[in-house]
Amino acid sequence: MSDDETRKKDKMTSLHSNNPRPGAMQPNASISRKLREFYDAVQEEGIPDRFLELLERLEEAEKNAKSVKMK
Amino acid sequence: MTIKDEDVDRAFKRDLLAALPNLRAFAVSLTGRHDKADDLVQDTIMKAWANQKSFTAGTNMRAWLFTILRNEFYSQMRKRGREVQDTDGLFSERFAVHPEQYGRLDLQDFRKALDTLPDDQREAIILVGAAGFAYEEAATICGCAVGTIKSRVSRARTRLQELLGVSGEGDFGPDPGDAAITARAFGS
Repeated sequence: MSDDETRKKDKMTSLHSNNPRPGAMQPNASISRKLREFYDAVQEEGIPDRFLELLERLEEAEKNAKSVKMK
Repeated sequence: MTIKDEDVDRAFKRDLLAALPNLRAFAVSLTGRHDKADDLVQDTIMKAWANQKSFTAGTNMRAWLFTILRNEFYSQMRKRGREVQDTDGLFSERFAVHPEQYGRLDLQDFRKALDTLPDDQREAIILVGAAGFAYEEAATICGCAVGTIKSRVSRARTRLQELLGVSGEGDFGPDPGDAAITARAFGS
């Protein structure tokens, strides 16, 4: 970042400096939050049907294999 | 087949299902793409199923599955060679130059930044920072020392901060629209 950009950023943020800004003290906090947000967004998609079907098929195949063995 | 075996089988399937959303999110983080991630998860489910005898009931199913998926990912990558993702690269360059225009981080931007991390750093920060593993568990999954995981996480954080231009105030900065007005007001 150039000096000019840094100054510009300082001016911009000074507009918001009335309130305490805990984020300014903890740059890691926003990275961590974003990371979890990204990750959770995928998790919340749930389990696609193809995996449920796959598990059904695997279970079925296992049962069949076992019953054949028993005979 | 005894009743006990059936219980064990049911518990295995139940725990596998319970871990799937998290496992899938890890796959998306590693591959950067949903379609590839789902193929990887499918391979992992099949491997896990075929090897369920090697899983000790009552131990950490999640860590076991993550280890399988990770091994599968790297062995496939070695076989195929890493594919170049043009669009991601372009996107990364674009936003890396002007992050301060956007007072807050866009999720899409974040994902692109994540994709630019070296694989070992990305997986470390994901395992510890998002998937909910302790440093020790992450070290077991990645087959390395705890200290190595710690330093990878730390380097990943630093790199993401650089890429995204986050220095704290970003979280509380103006909306993009306001930022444009503010920028004009300061004659830039």
